[in-house]
Amino acid sequence: MTTSDRTISTSISLLPPRKSILSRFMRWEWFLVVLIALVVIVNSRLSPYFLDVGNLFRASSDFLEIGLMMLPMVLIIVTGNVDLAVASTLGMTASFMGLLFNNGLNIWIAAAAALILGALAGLLNGYLISRLKVPALVITLGTYAFYRGMAYVMLGDQAARDYPDSFTYLGQGTLPGTPIPFALALFAVLAVIFGIVLHKTAFGRYLYAIGNNQDAVIYSGISVPRVKVIIFMVSGFIAALAGLVLAARYGSTRPDIGTGLELAVITAVVLGGVDINGGKGTLIGAILSLLLIGLLRFGMGLLNVQGQVQSIAIGILLILSILLPNLPQIFRAQRGNWNRRTSIGIAVAVVIAIVFGWFFLWSRAAVSSLL
Amino acid sequence: MTTTSLEQSKPSVVSIFARFRELVLIAFIVLLMVLISLRNPNFLTFTNFRDILMDISILAMIALAQGMIIITRGIDLSVASMLGLTAMMVSFVIKAYPETPPIVAVVLGMALGAVLGSVNGLIITIGRVPPIIATLGTLSIYRGLIFLYSNGTWINAYEMSPAFKQLAKGTPLGLPNLVITALFVAVMVFAFLNYLQPGRDIYALGTNPDAAAISGIRTQRTKFIVYVISGIVCGLAGVMWASRFEAAQTNTALGFELQTVAAAVIGGVSMMGGIGTVPGILLGALLLGVIQNGLALSGISPFWELAVQGFLILLAVVVDSTIQQRIKRTMLRSSDLRSSERRGVVK
Repeated sequence: MTTSDRTISTSISLLPPRKSILSRFMRWEWFLVVLIALVVIVNSRLSPYFLDVGNLFRASSDFLEIGLMMLPMVLIIVTGNVDLAVASTLGMTASFMGLLFNNGLNIWIAAAAALILGALAGLLNGYLISRLKVPALVITLGTYAFYRGMAYVMLGDQAARDYPDSFTYLGQGTLPGTPIPFALALFAVLAVIFGIVLHKTAFGRYLYAIGNNQDAVIYSGISVPRVKVIIFMVSGFIAALAGLVLAARYGSTRPDIGTGLELAVITAVVLGGVDINGGKGTLIGAILSLLLIGLLRFGMGLLNVQGQVQSIAIGILLILSILLPNLPQIFRAQRGNWNRRTSIGIAVAVVIAIVFGWFFLWSRAAVSSLL
Repeated sequence: MTTTSLEQSKPSVVSIFARFRELVLIAFIVLLMVLISLRNPNFLTFTNFRDILMDISILAMIALAQGMIIITRGIDLSVASMLGLTAMMVSFVIKAYPETPPIVAVVLGMALGAVLGSVNGLIITIGRVPPIIATLGTLSIYRGLIFLYSNGTWINAYEMSPAFKQLAKGTPLGLPNLVITALFVAVMVFAFLNYLQPGRDIYALGTNPDAAAISGIRTQRTKFIVYVISGIVCGLAGVMWASRFEAAQTNTALGFELQTVAAAVIGGVSMMGGIGTVPGILLGALLLGVIQNGLALSGISPFWELAVQGFLILLAVVVDSTIQQRIKRTMLRSSDLRSSERRGVVK
C-alpha cells in the first residue's frame, strides 16, 4: 500500500513537542491558506460582488450542511474508516421528520425523533462494522442505499412543507442584529467542540492510534469497537442535525434531499489533508479546505459557471491534493529506471490526450454547426 | 508458474463456499420468481423475461468490470460518469453524421471509454492515489465534462438515426443485440479471469498484493489493465444505453455506480479482494433485475426498490463475513492442532 505523506515536510501533524519555524510553515494547512488567499485575490479581481460580507455570509449557508457532516467525518477518516451513508442518513431522518410533521405532530417533537433516528442509524453502522470486522466502506455502502431507500419509502412522491417560521429559522435565520446565519454559529460551536475532542482529549488520541495501528490499540486495552460505535453514532446524529438545517433552509423535505452530499463531505475532508488510510490530519485542515471549496464555488458561481462544471474543478483539486505530495516520491522511484519505454509511454499518452481533446472539441463543433 | 501454485494452495473450503453461495443465490432468485408469479401471472412470460434480460444487460456488463476491480481491492466509482460521457459524445457524432454505421459508434464508444479508463488507471498506478479517491474525483470530473460538452442540452430520439436506435434492440441472432453483447462480455471476462495470465494475476494481486509483487507479477500494470477494461466496458455500455433509451442526457445513469457495486457484492465478490466469480456477478445482477421487475409487477410501490437493494447488500455482507469468520476459525483451529501435534502437545 502506498502511504502518502500529506504534510509537505516530514513533520507530521501529531504535534510533536518542539518544531522549527520552517517546519511549522511547511504544513498542508498553510498550503491551503495560500490557496484560499489566491482564490480570494483572483475572484475579487474578476467580480466586484465577491468581497461583499453580506454575500459571503449568504453563500456560506450552502456549505454548512456539508460542514456539519464533515466534523464527525474527520474523526471517522482519522481512524481509517469512512461513512458513505451520511447523506442518506440525512435524507432518511429529514424524511422521517417530514412524515411525522405531515401526520400532524409538533415540528419540534418530530425533529427530536429525527435526531434519535439519526443516532440509531449511526449505531447500526458502527455495530455492524465492529461486529462483522468488515471495512466501513462496505457496510456504509449498504446503508447508503438502505437509508436513502427508507427515505423514499417514508415520503414516496410526497413532500413535507409549510414548516413553522420558528423551525425555518434554523436554516434561514441570522443571529439577531448581525448578518451571521444561525447555522454558521451552530457550526462554529460544534467545530470548537470537535476540535477539542480530536486534538486535546485522550479519546482523540485513541482515534489517531486506531488509524495508525489498530492492533496495537487493541493490545493496549482500549475497546476499539466501542470507539467506533461512538464515532459512527455521532456521525449519524450530526447528519440528522444537518438534515434539520437543510430542511429548514429549503422550507420543505423531499426524499431526495441531500443526495450526493457524502462525496462533497469526503472531498472536503481529504482535501483538508486527512489521510484516507487513517492516522493523519487535523480538523482545522478540513475546515480550511471547506472554506477553499466554498470560496471557489462561490466565485465560479458569480462568473456564471454551471454547478456541474464547477465540480470538475473540485474533482481535479481532490486528485491533485493527493497526487502533488506524492510527486517527489514518484520521481525518486522513476529516476533509477528511466529508459526508452518510459519515453515512448509518455509520448503515446500525450498523443492520445491530444486526439481525445481534438475529438471532444470537433464533435461538439460538428453538432453546434447544425443549429 | 507462480500463479498456478498460488491457486493450488488456496484452501478448498473457500471454493466450496463460493459454489455453495451461487446455489443459495439461485435458490433465492427462484423463490422470488415463484412469489412474484403467484401475485402476477404475467411475470412468467417470454416477453417479460426478455425485458428483464434487457434491463440487466448493461448492469451485468459493468458489474463484471467492477467485480474485477474489486477483486484487486480497488473500486471504480466513476463508471456511471464514464457511461454518461461516452453516451453523450457518441450521440453527438450520430446526430452530426446520421449515416455513421452503428458498429463505428460501438468502436468509437469503446475507444473513448478506454481513454477515460486509462486516466483512472494512470492516476491510481503512477500517481499512487487510492482508487476510491481517484475515481471519486473522476466521477465529478467526467460528469462535469458531460455538461461542459453538451452545454446542458440533451440528444433526443428524433435526432438519432434509425440504424443506431436498432443497435441495442435489433434481433438478428434471435436475442436482442444488447443481451448478446452482455453475454459476449461475460464470456470474455470469464475466459480472461480463468485462463489468461493477466486474469490470474488479478486474483493473486487481490489475495495478497505483497506476495504478488514478490513473485514477479507486475502489480501496477495489472491494476492499470482492470481500470482500462472498466473504461472500455463503460464505453460499450454507454453506446448501448443511448441506443436502447434513444436519448443521451446530462444525467444519464446518475448514481448507477452503486448498483454495479451492489451486483458484484451480492454476487459474492469480496470487498477485501481476491474472491469473486463471473457466474456469481451475473446472478447478483439478475437478482437485482428480478427484484426491480417484480416490485413493479406485484403492485408494490417502486419506492421500496432502493431500500430492498440496500437491505440485500447488507444481508449479503453479513452472511459472507459470518461464514468467512467461521471458516477462518476452523482453519486456524486445525492448523493449531497440526502444529501442536508436531510439537507433541496433543497425543
